[in-house]
Amino acid sequence: MSTTINKKNLQSPRYRAPAAIGGRRNPAIGQRRKNFQALGFLVPALLILGAFTAWPMISALRLSFTDASGFGKEEWVGFENYARIFTDPVILNAVANTALYALLFTPTAVALALVLALLLNDPRLPFRGFFRTALFLPFIISLAVAAIAWTYLIDPQVGLLNYWLSSAGIRLGNVLQDPILAMPAVAFVAVWKSFGFYMVIFLAGLQEIPGSLYEAARVDGAGAWTRFRHVTMPMLSNTTAFVLIFALIAALQAFDQIYVMTGGGPYGHTETVVMQIYSAGFRKLDVGFASALSYVLLAATLLLSVIQFVFFGKREREGE
Amino acid sequence: MSTTFPPQTLNSAARARTTKRPDRRSVLNKALVVTLLAIATAVILLPIAIIAFTAFKPATEVNAFPPTLIPAQWTLDNFARIFQELPFLRLIANSFIFAGGVTLFALLFDSLAAYALARIDFTGKRFLLIAIIASLMIPFQATLVPVYQLASDLGWVNTFAALIVPRAADAFGIFFLRQFFLSLPRDLDNAARIDGASEWRVYWNIILPNAMPAILTLGVFVFVNNWNDLLWPLIFTTDKDMGTLTSGLTLLTGPGGIVPYGVMMAGALVAILPLMAVFMFVQRRFIESVATTGLK
Repeated sequence: MSTTINKKNLQSPRYRAPAAIGGRRNPAIGQRRKNFQALGFLVPALLILGAFTAWPMISALRLSFTDASGFGKEEWVGFENYARIFTDPVILNAVANTALYALLFTPTAVALALVLALLLNDPRLPFRGFFRTALFLPFIISLAVAAIAWTYLIDPQVGLLNYWLSSAGIRLGNVLQDPILAMPAVAFVAVWKSFGFYMVIFLAGLQEIPGSLYEAARVDGAGAWTRFRHVTMPMLSNTTAFVLIFALIAALQAFDQIYVMTGGGPYGHTETVVMQIYSAGFRKLDVGFASALSYVLLAATLLLSVIQFVFFGKREREGE
Repeated sequence: MSTTFPPQTLNSAARARTTKRPDRRSVLNKALVVTLLAIATAVILLPIAIIAFTAFKPATEVNAFPPTLIPAQWTLDNFARIFQELPFLRLIANSFIFAGGVTLFALLFDSLAAYALARIDFTGKRFLLIAIIASLMIPFQATLVPVYQLASDLGWVNTFAALIVPRAADAFGIFFLRQFFLSLPRDLDNAARIDGASEWRVYWNIILPNAMPAILTLGVFVFVNNWNDLLWPLIFTTDKDMGTLTSGLTLLTGPGGIVPYGVMMAGALVAILPLMAVFMFVQRRFIESVATTGLK
């Protein structure tokens, strides 16, 4: 990608300008003035991003190879922390749980978002604006508050939803204490909060599909399903890929509602990677280990981002 | 589901046919879609309804069986009690100072940096832009430990500085605003430059006023995210009086909690009301720009 940008820049008239007026004014001085001006605008953001993003990244990498505790001396331990991540059963459990959470959360949230976006994608649908706003509303509510509301709704004794479901013959029991149901429950709360956000992105994607494609498919005698399968789905694949990876990255960071609803229980069945970073870094003060775990999370996130980037890069080049 | 696809075609088909006969199938389809959406919306809004109604329920009703949604008797007891359980006024003030402070600083610093990236051709611009895009991918949880250590070394734990300063600029905001600034016509500021305006004047008098929709959207985004954040205040504040509404409420939960649900819901309602107000204020534009940012 970098080479294409480079080429474009070189071809743009802006880059030839200094040579053209070189005789009149020294371009080096003009450039220095511009650099100086830009610095004035950039300094506050650079200071903050440097101190609280760039430096911590380097610092965390160094700490991950030590037995740092936040106090006193720290010893270099090589890859010991990283080795522990791949051998410690508690951590392996958290990694497996995070994967399970991602598997439960991602497809559900994305499918729900897609279905609702498709239903909403008719400019002349009555109450369209109301539905869109109402379905988006959970996105502005914190996972912690959502967790409190859902905990009450599924309370085994006084939960309204529990009561309604058991009236319909579905007995959930004590969901948050259930080793099998606890994880789907916390994943569901995240689905509830996030699907509206993905839905809105899908709606924008749907709006970019030219109506003439449907017209043509219809003329060719394509039925509703065929049109969906051969027009909507391929035209929406870019958006779907974006949303899927975005949701997957969000799933890797699961923490808030789990902290509120189960605290990682029952018996570690809802422990996740970020829960472990929190407990290692801030409860057990096992700072070196928490840093190593952070770097594994970072690596997983970067890997997904790179996949997304490569995928989109390819799509864009094909589109050109 | 298959009957609803794709709406565009149904529309154009309906339009083509209206001259001959009213399309009964399309009307029926629409009624079906609206019913489906109404059911989905009711289910989705149930947790918000339970917060709003339970907050006004007396304790006996909150724990009654069978449970109900709407209170038979309305009371403000839960709101009185939440002030006893938590330093609630402090938490409200803290939430506003934290989320508001981050928003103000981030909007200022992000827009300044975005201006340089969008309008000034400085050396190393491309490198800086790539660095910023790369840091978009760093989850904040990954740097939490060293950021905490840094804040702790500075003596910032349990202060607003720890909550606000590390977030006073962020890569997403810079990137988002830069994209918007690029979409503003250059003629606008070039005219001012020819008249002798400095870059600062162009930024303040031309770019900022024209970028208000984007600034507003980013502001709501940053405010909501920080207001709602749990992990961040949980880590930087150990003092109960320095927590936010979001982190304070979680003190009431947990297994074997003795605080009744009604009190928690009163707290939850207070925590979501400001967001609802902000959201209602900018709702349409906010949703639209979420959609476009998501795509680009």
